[in-house]
Amino acid sequence: MSDQAGFANALRDRLAPCPAGLTTWNGSDPAARLAVYRNNVWVSLIDALADGFPVTQALVGADFFRAMAQCFIAAQLPRSALLAEYGADFPDFIAGFAPADPVPYLADVARLELLRVRAYHAADADPVAPERLQLALSQPETLGQWGLRLHPSLSVLASDYAVVALWAAHQGVGDLGAVDPSRAETALVLRAGLEVEVIRLAAGAAGFIQQVLAGACLGAAVEQAMARAADFDFSEMLALLLRTGAITDLVPPEQAAS
Amino acid sequence: MTLPTHGEMVTRAAPALDAGLPVRSGLGLKSPHFRDVLETQPDVGFFEVHAENYFVEGGPFHHALTRIRERYALSVHGVGLSIGGAEPLDRGHLDRLARLLARYEPQSFSEHLAWCRHGGDFFNDLLPIAYDERALERVCAHIDQVQDRLRRRLLLENPATYVAFAASTLAEADFITAVVRRTGCGLLLDVNNVHVSCVNHHWDPAAYLRALPLDAVGEIHLAGFAEDRDGAGDLLLIDHHGAPVAAAVWALYAEALELTGPVATLIERDNDIPAFAVLLAEAHEAERYLAQAAVPARRARP
Repeated sequence: MSDQAGFANALRDRLAPCPAGLTTWNGSDPAARLAVYRNNVWVSLIDALADGFPVTQALVGADFFRAMAQCFIAAQLPRSALLAEYGADFPDFIAGFAPADPVPYLADVARLELLRVRAYHAADADPVAPERLQLALSQPETLGQWGLRLHPSLSVLASDYAVVALWAAHQGVGDLGAVDPSRAETALVLRAGLEVEVIRLAAGAAGFIQQVLAGACLGAAVEQAMARAADFDFSEMLALLLRTGAITDLVPPEQAAS
Repeated sequence: MTLPTHGEMVTRAAPALDAGLPVRSGLGLKSPHFRDVLETQPDVGFFEVHAENYFVEGGPFHHALTRIRERYALSVHGVGLSIGGAEPLDRGHLDRLARLLARYEPQSFSEHLAWCRHGGDFFNDLLPIAYDERALERVCAHIDQVQDRLRRRLLLENPATYVAFAASTLAEADFITAVVRRTGCGLLLDVNNVHVSCVNHHWDPAAYLRALPLDAVGEIHLAGFAEDRDGAGDLLLIDHHGAPVAAAVWALYAEALELTGPVATLIERDNDIPAFAVLLAEAHEAERYLAQAAVPARRARP
Protein backbone atom coordinates (compact mmCIF):
# COMPACT_ATOMS: atom_id res chain seq x y z
CA MET A 1 0.00 0.00 0.00
CA SER A 2 1.40 3.39 -0.99
CA ASP A 3 1.81 6.21 1.55
CA GLN A 4 -1.14 8.01 0.04
CA ALA A 5 -3.34 4.91 0.10
CA GLY A 6 -2.86 4.63 3.87
CA PHE A 7 -3.46 8.34 4.30
CA ALA A 8 -6.58 8.14 2.13
CA ASN A 9 -7.94 5.24 4.18
CA ALA A 10 -7.44 7.20 7.37
CA LEU A 11 -9.39 10.10 5.84
CA ARG A 12 -12.26 7.86 4.78
CA ASP A 13 -12.53 5.96 8.03
CA ARG A 14 -11.95 7.54 11.41
CA LEU A 15 -11.45 4.08 12.92
CA ALA A 16 -8.63 3.29 10.48
CA PRO A 17 -5.16 3.33 12.03
CA CYS A 18 -3.04 6.46 11.72
CA PRO A 19 -0.77 5.82 8.72
CA ALA A 20 2.82 4.96 9.56
CA GLY A 21 5.57 7.45 8.96
CA LEU A 22 3.88 10.67 10.10
CA THR A 23 5.99 12.86 12.34
CA THR A 24 5.55 15.99 14.44
CA TRP A 25 8.23 18.43 15.60
CA ASN A 26 7.28 18.05 19.26
CA GLY A 27 6.74 14.32 19.30
CA SER A 28 3.01 14.77 19.80
CA ASP A 29 0.64 12.09 18.52
CA PRO A 30 0.34 12.64 14.74
CA ALA A 31 -3.20 11.25 14.90
CA ALA A 32 -4.37 14.52 16.46
CA ARG A 33 -2.93 16.45 13.52
CA LEU A 34 -4.18 13.95 10.97
CA ALA A 35 -7.62 14.64 12.43
CA VAL A 36 -7.38 18.19 11.06
CA TYR A 37 -7.25 16.80 7.53
CA ARG A 38 -10.06 14.35 8.19
CA ASN A 39 -12.16 17.14 9.65
CA ASN A 40 -11.46 19.36 6.63
CA VAL A 41 -12.58 16.62 4.26
CA TRP A 42 -15.78 15.72 6.08
CA VAL A 43 -16.88 19.19 7.14
CA SER A 44 -16.26 20.67 3.71
CA LEU A 45 -18.29 17.91 2.04
CA ILE A 46 -21.13 18.15 4.57
CA ASP A 47 -21.13 21.93 4.00
CA ALA A 48 -21.22 21.40 0.24
CA LEU A 49 -24.33 19.21 0.61
CA ALA A 50 -25.91 21.69 3.02
CA ASP A 51 -25.34 24.46 0.43
CA GLY A 52 -27.07 22.46 -2.27
CA PHE A 53 -29.97 21.15 -0.16
CA PRO A 54 -31.02 24.00 2.16
CA VAL A 55 -34.73 23.16 2.32
CA THR A 56 -34.00 19.48 2.86
CA GLN A 57 -31.86 20.58 5.78
CA ALA A 58 -34.53 22.95 7.11
CA LEU A 59 -37.15 20.17 7.06
CA VAL A 60 -35.16 17.88 9.36
CA GLY A 61 -32.90 20.34 11.19
CA ALA A 62 -29.15 20.81 10.89
CA ASP A 63 -28.16 18.02 13.33
CA PHE A 64 -30.19 15.35 11.53
CA PHE A 65 -29.15 16.63 8.11
CA ARG A 66 -25.45 16.63 8.94
CA ALA A 67 -25.63 13.12 10.41
CA MET A 68 -27.43 11.94 7.27
CA ALA A 69 -24.91 13.71 5.04
CA GLN A 70 -22.11 12.00 6.93
CA CYS A 71 -23.64 8.59 6.20
CA PHE A 72 -23.92 9.53 2.52
CA ILE A 73 -20.29 10.65 2.36
CA ALA A 74 -19.20 7.41 4.03
CA ALA A 75 -21.01 5.57 1.26
CA GLN A 76 -19.82 7.79 -1.57
CA LEU A 77 -17.01 10.32 -1.67
CA PRO A 78 -17.01 12.75 -4.63
CA ARG A 79 -15.56 11.27 -7.82
CA SER A 80 -14.76 14.65 -9.31
CA ALA A 81 -13.51 18.03 -8.17
CA LEU A 82 -16.65 19.58 -9.58
CA LEU A 83 -18.54 19.69 -6.30
CA ALA A 84 -21.66 21.12 -7.96
CA GLU A 85 -22.18 17.57 -9.21
CA TYR A 86 -21.63 15.96 -5.82
CA GLY A 87 -24.98 15.09 -4.35
CA ALA A 88 -26.47 13.73 -7.58
CA ASP A 89 -27.14 10.49 -5.70
CA PHE A 90 -28.05 12.14 -2.40
CA PRO A 91 -31.85 12.13 -2.98
CA ASP A 92 -31.83 8.39 -3.73
CA PHE A 93 -29.71 7.86 -0.66
CA ILE A 94 -32.25 9.78 1.42
CA ALA A 95 -35.06 7.65 -0.02
CA GLY A 96 -33.33 4.58 1.38
CA PHE A 97 -32.21 6.17 4.64
CA ALA A 98 -34.42 4.53 7.27
CA PRO A 99 -34.13 7.24 9.95
CA ALA A 100 -35.74 9.67 7.45
CA ASP A 101 -38.78 7.41 6.94
CA PRO A 102 -41.01 9.61 9.15
CA VAL A 103 -40.50 12.39 6.57
CA PRO A 104 -41.60 10.53 3.42
CA TYR A 105 -41.42 13.63 1.22
CA LEU A 106 -37.81 14.41 2.14
CA ALA A 107 -36.25 12.57 -0.81
CA ASP A 108 -38.50 14.36 -3.31
CA VAL A 109 -37.72 17.77 -1.81
CA ALA A 110 -34.05 16.83 -2.20
CA ARG A 111 -34.75 15.82 -5.83
CA LEU A 112 -36.27 19.24 -6.41
CA GLU A 113 -33.24 20.96 -4.90
CA LEU A 114 -30.89 18.84 -7.02
CA LEU A 115 -32.78 19.95 -10.14
CA ARG A 116 -32.46 23.56 -8.97
CA VAL A 117 -28.67 23.25 -8.62
CA ARG A 118 -28.47 21.65 -12.06
CA ALA A 119 -30.67 24.35 -13.56
CA TYR A 120 -28.52 27.06 -11.99
CA HIS A 121 -25.35 25.76 -13.65
CA ALA A 122 -26.88 24.37 -16.87
CA ALA A 123 -25.69 25.49 -20.28
CA ASP A 124 -26.92 28.83 -21.60
CA ALA A 125 -29.30 28.98 -24.54
CA ASP A 126 -31.11 31.91 -26.12
CA PRO A 127 -34.88 31.88 -26.48
CA VAL A 128 -36.21 31.07 -29.93
CA ALA A 129 -36.21 34.00 -32.35
CA PRO A 130 -39.68 35.66 -32.52
CA GLU A 131 -39.80 35.36 -36.30
CA ARG A 132 -39.38 31.60 -36.11
CA LEU A 133 -42.24 31.42 -33.64
CA GLN A 134 -44.36 33.61 -35.92
CA LEU A 135 -43.61 31.31 -38.81
CA ALA A 136 -44.88 28.25 -36.94
CA LEU A 137 -47.96 30.01 -35.58
CA SER A 138 -48.82 31.37 -39.03
CA GLN A 139 -49.37 27.83 -40.32
CA PRO A 140 -52.11 26.43 -38.08
CA GLU A 141 -52.61 23.41 -40.36
CA THR A 142 -49.05 22.16 -39.71
CA LEU A 143 -48.48 23.66 -36.23
CA GLY A 144 -49.12 20.31 -34.57
CA GLN A 145 -46.25 18.71 -36.48
CA TRP A 146 -43.61 21.13 -35.19
CA GLY A 147 -41.20 20.03 -32.48
CA LEU A 148 -40.00 22.12 -29.54
CA ARG A 149 -36.51 22.43 -28.15
CA LEU A 150 -36.53 23.38 -24.48
CA HIS A 151 -33.87 25.12 -22.40
CA PRO A 152 -31.06 22.86 -21.09
CA SER A 153 -31.92 23.92 -17.53
CA LEU A 154 -35.52 22.71 -17.79
CA SER A 155 -36.74 19.61 -15.98
CA VAL A 156 -39.94 18.22 -14.51
CA LEU A 157 -40.37 16.44 -11.19
CA ALA A 158 -43.61 14.53 -10.64
CA SER A 159 -44.00 13.81 -6.94
CA ASP A 160 -46.55 12.07 -4.74
CA TYR A 161 -45.97 14.95 -2.32
CA ALA A 162 -46.48 18.69 -2.26
CA VAL A 163 -42.87 19.44 -3.17
CA VAL A 164 -43.55 22.85 -4.68
CA ALA A 165 -45.58 24.09 -1.71
CA LEU A 166 -43.02 22.68 0.76
CA TRP A 167 -40.19 24.34 -1.11
CA ALA A 168 -42.02 27.65 -1.56
CA ALA A 169 -42.93 27.84 2.12
CA HIS A 170 -39.20 27.94 2.87
CA GLN A 171 -38.80 30.90 0.50
CA GLY A 172 -41.37 32.89 2.45
CA VAL A 173 -44.18 32.01 0.04
CA GLY A 174 -47.12 30.46 1.88
CA ASP A 175 -47.39 29.00 5.34
CA LEU A 176 -45.55 25.74 5.96
CA GLY A 177 -48.09 24.79 8.62
CA ALA A 178 -50.88 25.04 6.07
CA VAL A 179 -49.19 22.74 3.54
CA ASP A 180 -50.65 19.26 3.17
CA PRO A 181 -47.50 17.33 2.24
CA SER A 182 -49.45 14.36 0.94
CA ARG A 183 -51.01 16.32 -1.94
CA ALA A 184 -49.27 15.22 -5.15
CA GLU A 185 -47.56 17.99 -7.13
CA THR A 186 -45.51 18.23 -10.28
CA ALA A 187 -42.74 20.83 -10.40
CA LEU A 188 -41.28 22.58 -13.40
CA VAL A 189 -37.71 23.71 -12.70
CA LEU A 190 -35.88 25.99 -15.09
CA ARG A 191 -33.56 28.96 -15.22
CA ALA A 192 -35.18 32.06 -16.65
CA GLY A 193 -32.34 34.47 -17.32
CA LEU A 194 -30.17 34.09 -14.20
CA GLU A 195 -32.94 33.04 -11.82
CA VAL A 196 -33.98 29.46 -11.20
CA GLU A 197 -37.77 29.16 -10.99
CA VAL A 198 -39.88 26.45 -9.44
CA ILE A 199 -43.39 26.37 -10.90
CA ARG A 200 -46.27 24.07 -9.98
CA LEU A 201 -47.67 22.40 -13.09
CA ALA A 202 -51.26 21.29 -13.47
CA ALA A 203 -51.71 17.71 -14.69
CA GLY A 204 -52.23 18.70 -18.33
CA ALA A 205 -49.21 21.02 -18.44
CA ALA A 206 -47.04 18.37 -16.80
CA GLY A 207 -48.13 15.85 -19.42
CA PHE A 208 -47.43 18.31 -22.21
CA ILE A 209 -43.88 19.12 -21.11
CA GLN A 210 -43.02 15.51 -20.39
CA GLN A 211 -44.12 14.63 -23.92
CA VAL A 212 -42.07 17.45 -25.41
CA LEU A 213 -39.03 16.42 -23.39
CA ALA A 214 -39.53 12.88 -24.71
CA GLY A 215 -39.36 14.27 -28.27
CA ALA A 216 -43.05 14.41 -29.19
CA CYS A 217 -44.27 17.03 -31.65
CA LEU A 218 -46.69 19.71 -30.52
CA GLY A 219 -49.83 17.90 -31.67
CA ALA A 220 -48.99 14.67 -29.87
CA ALA A 221 -47.99 16.57 -26.74
CA VAL A 222 -51.26 18.50 -26.70
CA GLU A 223 -53.19 15.27 -27.23
CA GLN A 224 -51.49 13.68 -24.22
CA ALA A 225 -52.11 16.79 -22.14
CA MET A 226 -55.80 16.81 -23.05
CA ALA A 227 -56.08 13.12 -22.22
CA ARG A 228 -54.75 13.88 -18.75
CA ALA A 229 -56.78 17.02 -18.20
CA ALA A 230 -59.60 18.11 -20.49
CA ASP A 231 -59.14 21.73 -19.38
CA PHE A 232 -55.51 21.88 -20.61
CA ASP A 233 -54.96 25.35 -22.05
CA PHE A 234 -52.29 25.37 -24.76
CA SER A 235 -52.09 29.16 -25.03
CA GLU A 236 -51.50 29.43 -21.27
CA MET A 237 -48.77 26.80 -21.54
CA LEU A 238 -47.17 28.63 -24.45
CA ALA A 239 -47.30 31.92 -22.54
CA LEU A 240 -45.48 30.35 -19.57
CA LEU A 241 -42.79 28.84 -21.79
CA LEU A 242 -42.29 32.12 -23.65
CA ARG A 243 -42.20 34.23 -20.49
CA THR A 244 -39.44 32.04 -19.05
CA GLY A 245 -37.48 31.82 -22.30
CA ALA A 246 -37.89 28.04 -22.10
CA ILE A 247 -38.35 27.50 -25.85
CA THR A 248 -34.96 27.68 -27.50
CA ASP A 249 -35.97 26.46 -30.92
CA LEU A 250 -38.88 25.24 -33.03
CA VAL A 251 -38.27 22.28 -35.27
CA PRO A 252 -40.20 22.40 -38.57
CA PRO A 253 -42.44 19.42 -39.49
CA GLU A 254 -40.02 17.91 -42.00
CA GLN A 255 -37.31 17.66 -39.28
CA ALA A 256 -39.47 16.85 -36.27
CA ALA A 257 -39.31 13.22 -35.14
CA SER A 258 -42.98 12.46 -34.56
CA MET B 1 19.83 43.75 0.52
CA THR B 2 21.06 40.54 -0.96
CA LEU B 3 19.03 37.88 -2.61
CA PRO B 4 19.71 34.24 -2.09
CA THR B 5 21.60 32.70 -4.95
CA HIS B 6 20.29 29.66 -6.65
CA GLY B 7 22.05 27.15 -8.78
CA GLU B 8 21.48 26.99 -12.45
CA MET B 9 18.64 28.99 -13.86
CA VAL B 10 15.66 27.69 -15.70
CA THR B 11 16.39 26.13 -19.04
CA ARG B 12 12.79 25.48 -20.12
CA ALA B 13 11.42 28.56 -21.78
CA ALA B 14 8.29 29.95 -20.16
CA PRO B 15 5.48 29.83 -22.70
CA ALA B 16 4.71 33.18 -24.27
CA LEU B 17 1.11 33.52 -23.15
CA ASP B 18 2.11 34.73 -19.69
CA ALA B 19 1.69 38.46 -19.38
CA GLY B 20 1.41 38.13 -15.62
CA LEU B 21 -0.94 39.81 -13.19
CA PRO B 22 -0.74 43.55 -12.60
CA VAL B 23 1.43 44.37 -9.59
CA ARG B 24 -1.52 45.30 -7.44
CA SER B 25 -3.76 43.70 -4.87
CA GLY B 26 -6.60 41.46 -5.91
CA LEU B 27 -9.55 39.66 -4.36
CA GLY B 28 -10.97 36.18 -4.54
CA LEU B 29 -14.25 36.39 -6.46
CA LYS B 30 -17.15 34.89 -4.52
CA SER B 31 -20.66 34.46 -5.89
CA PRO B 32 -22.30 36.53 -3.09
CA HIS B 33 -20.21 39.45 -4.38
CA PHE B 34 -20.99 39.18 -8.11
CA ARG B 35 -23.56 41.94 -7.91
CA ASP B 36 -21.34 44.28 -5.83
CA VAL B 37 -18.51 43.90 -8.30
CA LEU B 38 -20.63 44.35 -11.43
CA GLU B 39 -22.58 47.30 -10.07
CA THR B 40 -19.85 49.23 -8.26
CA GLN B 41 -16.84 48.29 -10.42
CA PRO B 42 -14.45 48.60 -7.49
CA ASP B 43 -10.83 49.60 -7.96
CA VAL B 44 -9.28 46.13 -7.62
CA GLY B 45 -6.12 45.07 -9.41
CA PHE B 46 -7.42 41.62 -10.35
CA PHE B 47 -9.83 38.89 -9.33
CA GLU B 48 -9.06 35.26 -8.67
CA VAL B 49 -11.45 32.33 -9.05
CA HIS B 50 -11.21 28.67 -8.14
CA ALA B 51 -11.08 26.85 -11.46
CA GLU B 52 -13.33 23.96 -10.43
CA ASN B 53 -16.24 26.28 -9.57
CA TYR B 54 -16.30 27.25 -13.25
CA PHE B 55 -16.25 23.72 -14.66
CA VAL B 56 -20.04 24.11 -14.86
CA GLU B 57 -21.58 24.68 -18.30
CA GLY B 58 -23.39 27.99 -17.96
CA GLY B 59 -25.54 30.10 -15.71
CA PRO B 60 -24.78 32.95 -13.30
CA PHE B 61 -21.16 31.97 -12.59
CA HIS B 62 -20.07 32.28 -16.22
CA HIS B 63 -22.38 35.24 -16.77
CA ALA B 64 -20.68 37.17 -13.98
CA LEU B 65 -17.15 36.07 -14.74
CA THR B 66 -17.49 36.95 -18.42
CA ARG B 67 -18.50 40.50 -17.54
CA ILE B 68 -15.91 40.84 -14.79
CA ARG B 69 -13.18 39.52 -17.09
CA GLU B 70 -14.01 42.31 -19.58
CA ARG B 71 -12.96 44.86 -16.95
CA TYR B 72 -10.39 43.12 -14.76
CA ALA B 73 -7.28 41.00 -14.90
CA LEU B 74 -7.93 37.42 -13.84
CA SER B 75 -6.12 34.67 -11.99
CA VAL B 76 -7.44 31.11 -12.26
CA HIS B 77 -6.50 29.10 -9.21
CA GLY B 78 -6.93 25.33 -9.28
CA VAL B 79 -7.67 23.38 -6.14
CA GLY B 80 -8.32 19.91 -7.51
CA LEU B 81 -5.60 18.80 -9.91
CA SER B 82 -3.71 16.68 -7.35
CA ILE B 83 -0.26 17.55 -8.66
CA GLY B 84 1.32 15.84 -5.67
CA GLY B 85 -0.79 12.72 -6.15
CA ALA B 86 0.80 9.28 -6.52
CA GLU B 87 -1.70 8.53 -9.28
CA PRO B 88 -1.64 9.90 -12.84
CA LEU B 89 -3.32 13.26 -13.35
CA ASP B 90 -7.00 13.17 -14.29
CA ARG B 91 -6.98 13.95 -18.02
CA GLY B 92 -10.62 14.95 -18.00
CA HIS B 93 -9.85 17.50 -15.31
CA LEU B 94 -6.93 18.80 -17.34
CA ASP B 95 -9.14 19.09 -20.43
CA ARG B 96 -11.70 21.09 -18.49
CA LEU B 97 -8.93 23.36 -17.24
CA ALA B 98 -7.70 23.86 -20.79
CA ARG B 99 -11.20 24.85 -21.94
CA LEU B 100 -11.61 27.26 -19.02
CA LEU B 101 -8.26 28.92 -19.67
CA ALA B 102 -9.00 29.18 -23.40
CA ARG B 103 -12.33 30.82 -22.62
CA TYR B 104 -11.10 33.43 -20.11
CA GLU B 105 -7.43 33.88 -21.05
CA PRO B 106 -6.41 34.66 -17.47
CA GLN B 107 -3.13 36.43 -16.71
CA SER B 108 -2.20 33.69 -14.28
CA PHE B 109 -2.91 30.03 -13.57
CA SER B 110 -1.85 28.44 -10.32
CA GLU B 111 -2.19 25.14 -8.46
CA HIS B 112 -1.01 23.54 -5.23
CA LEU B 113 1.85 21.37 -4.10
CA ALA B 114 -0.57 18.84 -2.66
CA TRP B 115 -2.74 15.86 -3.52
CA CYS B 116 -6.50 15.52 -3.23
CA ARG B 117 -7.40 12.40 -5.21
CA HIS B 118 -6.84 8.71 -4.59
CA GLY B 119 -8.48 5.57 -5.91
CA GLY B 120 -10.96 7.68 -7.88
CA ASP B 121 -12.13 9.54 -4.76
CA PHE B 122 -11.81 13.31 -4.50
CA PHE B 123 -11.10 14.47 -0.94
CA ASN B 124 -11.72 18.20 -1.34
CA ASP B 125 -8.68 19.09 0.77
CA LEU B 126 -5.05 19.87 0.07
CA LEU B 127 -3.14 16.90 1.44
CA PRO B 128 0.57 16.78 2.28
CA ILE B 129 3.32 14.87 0.53
CA ALA B 130 6.61 13.40 1.69
CA TYR B 131 9.54 15.30 0.21
CA ASP B 132 11.81 12.71 -1.33
CA GLU B 133 13.38 12.07 -4.73
CA ARG B 134 10.50 9.90 -5.88
CA ALA B 135 7.99 12.65 -5.08
CA LEU B 136 10.21 15.23 -6.74
CA GLU B 137 10.24 13.25 -9.99
CA ARG B 138 6.50 12.66 -9.82
CA VAL B 139 5.63 16.30 -9.12
CA CYS B 140 7.96 17.54 -11.86
CA ALA B 141 6.49 15.07 -14.36
CA HIS B 142 2.98 16.23 -13.46
CA ILE B 143 3.90 19.89 -13.80
CA ASP B 144 5.59 19.22 -17.15
CA GLN B 145 2.40 17.49 -18.27
CA VAL B 146 0.22 20.39 -17.08
CA GLN B 147 2.39 23.07 -18.66
CA ASP B 148 2.59 21.14 -21.92
CA ARG B 149 -1.16 20.53 -22.03
CA LEU B 150 -2.15 24.05 -21.03
CA ARG B 151 0.68 25.62 -22.98
CA ARG B 152 1.37 28.08 -20.23
CA ARG B 153 3.43 28.49 -17.12
CA LEU B 154 1.92 27.34 -13.86
CA LEU B 155 2.49 29.02 -10.52
CA LEU B 156 2.89 26.41 -7.79
CA GLU B 157 1.68 27.32 -4.32
CA ASN B 158 3.66 26.38 -1.21
CA PRO B 159 1.42 24.36 1.12
CA ALA B 160 0.11 24.77 4.64
CA THR B 161 0.59 21.43 6.40
CA TYR B 162 -0.15 19.84 9.76
CA VAL B 163 1.99 16.70 9.67
CA ALA B 164 5.46 15.87 8.38
CA PHE B 165 6.77 12.57 7.01
CA ALA B 166 9.62 10.43 8.28
CA ALA B 167 10.30 9.60 4.62
CA SER B 168 11.12 13.22 3.71
CA THR B 169 14.73 13.68 2.72
CA LEU B 170 14.42 17.28 1.51
CA ALA B 171 13.33 20.42 3.31
CA GLU B 172 10.07 21.76 1.90
CA ALA B 173 11.64 24.97 0.56
CA ASP B 174 14.44 22.98 -1.09
CA PHE B 175 11.90 20.64 -2.65
CA ILE B 176 9.96 23.61 -4.04
CA THR B 177 13.16 25.19 -5.34
CA ALA B 178 14.07 21.97 -7.14
CA VAL B 179 10.59 21.76 -8.71
CA VAL B 180 10.76 25.35 -9.91
CA ARG B 181 14.25 24.90 -11.36
CA ARG B 182 13.45 21.62 -13.12
CA THR B 183 10.07 22.54 -14.58
CA GLY B 184 10.32 26.28 -15.14
CA CYS B 185 7.10 26.80 -13.22
CA GLY B 186 6.68 29.88 -11.07
CA LEU B 187 5.98 30.19 -7.37
CA LEU B 188 2.75 31.37 -5.83
CA LEU B 189 4.09 32.48 -2.46
CA ASP B 190 1.33 31.98 0.09
CA VAL B 191 2.61 34.00 3.03
CA ASN B 192 -0.14 32.73 5.31
CA ASN B 193 0.90 29.16 4.47
CA VAL B 194 4.51 30.03 5.32
CA HIS B 195 3.38 31.32 8.70
CA VAL B 196 1.04 28.39 9.35
CA SER B 197 3.59 25.74 8.36
CA CYS B 198 6.40 27.42 10.28
CA VAL B 199 4.33 27.48 13.47
CA ASN B 200 3.09 23.94 12.90
CA HIS B 201 6.54 22.47 12.25
CA HIS B 202 8.61 24.83 14.39
CA TRP B 203 10.49 26.19 11.38
CA ASP B 204 12.09 29.64 11.18
CA PRO B 205 9.93 31.66 8.76
CA ALA B 206 12.78 34.03 7.82
CA ALA B 207 15.00 31.12 6.85
CA TYR B 208 12.16 29.29 5.09
CA LEU B 209 11.31 32.38 3.08
CA ARG B 210 14.93 32.90 2.03
CA ALA B 211 15.30 29.27 0.99
CA LEU B 212 12.43 29.60 -1.52
CA PRO B 213 13.09 30.47 -5.19
CA LEU B 214 11.93 34.05 -4.68
CA ASP B 215 12.98 35.14 -8.16
CA ALA B 216 10.17 32.92 -9.49
CA VAL B 217 7.36 34.46 -7.42
CA GLY B 218 4.49 35.48 -9.71
CA GLU B 219 1.84 36.09 -7.08
CA ILE B 220 1.45 36.31 -3.32
CA HIS B 221 -1.51 35.02 -1.29
CA LEU B 222 -2.58 36.45 2.06
CA ALA B 223 -5.29 34.87 4.18
CA GLY B 224 -6.46 34.21 7.72
CA PHE B 225 -5.96 31.13 9.88
CA ALA B 226 -7.63 29.56 12.90
CA GLU B 227 -5.90 28.46 16.09
CA ASP B 228 -6.04 24.94 17.46
CA ARG B 229 -3.88 22.77 19.73
CA ASP B 230 -2.09 19.55 18.84
CA GLY B 231 -1.84 16.37 20.93
CA ALA B 232 0.85 17.92 23.14
CA GLY B 233 -1.13 21.11 23.67
CA ASP B 234 1.12 23.13 21.37
CA LEU B 235 -0.29 25.75 19.03
CA LEU B 236 -1.50 24.32 15.72
CA LEU B 237 -2.62 26.78 13.04
CA ILE B 238 -5.33 25.81 10.58
CA ASP B 239 -5.30 27.40 7.13
CA HIS B 240 -9.05 27.99 6.93
CA HIS B 241 -9.34 31.26 4.95
CA GLY B 242 -12.13 32.32 7.25
CA ALA B 243 -10.63 35.33 9.03
CA PRO B 244 -8.87 38.61 8.25
CA VAL B 245 -5.11 38.50 7.58
CA ALA B 246 -3.33 38.28 10.94
CA ALA B 247 -0.74 40.83 12.13
CA ALA B 248 2.01 38.19 12.03
CA VAL B 249 1.19 37.47 8.38
CA TRP B 250 1.19 41.16 7.44
CA ALA B 251 4.64 41.44 9.05
CA LEU B 252 5.90 38.40 7.16
CA TYR B 253 4.39 39.85 3.97
CA ALA B 254 6.41 43.06 4.46
CA GLU B 255 9.52 40.93 4.94
CA ALA B 256 8.76 38.93 1.81
CA LEU B 257 8.21 42.08 -0.25
CA GLU B 258 11.64 43.34 0.81
CA LEU B 259 13.06 40.22 -0.83
CA THR B 260 10.84 40.02 -3.90
CA GLY B 261 9.89 43.62 -4.58
CA PRO B 262 6.22 44.39 -5.26
CA VAL B 263 4.25 41.35 -6.47
CA ALA B 264 0.57 40.91 -7.35
CA THR B 265 -1.07 40.04 -4.03
CA LEU B 266 -4.36 38.29 -3.37
CA ILE B 267 -6.56 38.54 -0.29
CA GLU B 268 -8.12 35.08 0.04
CA ARG B 269 -11.36 34.53 1.90
CA ASP B 270 -13.25 31.32 1.28
CA ASN B 271 -15.21 30.86 4.51
CA ASP B 272 -17.32 33.18 6.64
CA ILE B 273 -17.31 35.54 3.69
CA PRO B 274 -17.90 39.12 4.88
CA ALA B 275 -19.40 42.09 3.04
CA PHE B 276 -17.46 43.02 -0.08
CA ALA B 277 -16.36 46.33 1.47
CA VAL B 278 -14.54 44.44 4.24
CA LEU B 279 -12.45 42.53 1.71
CA LEU B 280 -11.88 45.66 -0.33
CA ALA B 281 -10.42 47.35 2.76
CA GLU B 282 -7.99 44.43 3.18
CA ALA B 283 -7.01 44.70 -0.48
CA HIS B 284 -6.32 48.41 0.04
CA GLU B 285 -4.17 47.55 3.05
CA ALA B 286 -2.13 45.21 0.84
CA GLU B 287 -1.72 48.03 -1.68
CA ARG B 288 -0.17 50.18 1.05
CA TYR B 289 2.43 47.46 1.61
CA LEU B 290 3.02 47.20 -2.12
CA ALA B 291 3.53 50.94 -2.38
CA GLN B 292 6.06 50.86 0.43
CA ALA B 293 7.95 47.90 -0.90
CA ALA B 294 11.29 48.91 -2.25
CA VAL B 295 11.81 47.92 -5.84
CA PRO B 296 14.76 45.55 -5.67
CA ALA B 297 17.78 45.95 -7.84
CA ARG B 298 17.40 44.04 -11.10
CA ARG B 299 18.30 40.51 -10.42
CA ALA B 300 21.23 39.26 -12.39
CA ARG B 301 20.43 36.71 -15.04
CA PRO B 302 23.15 34.33 -16.07
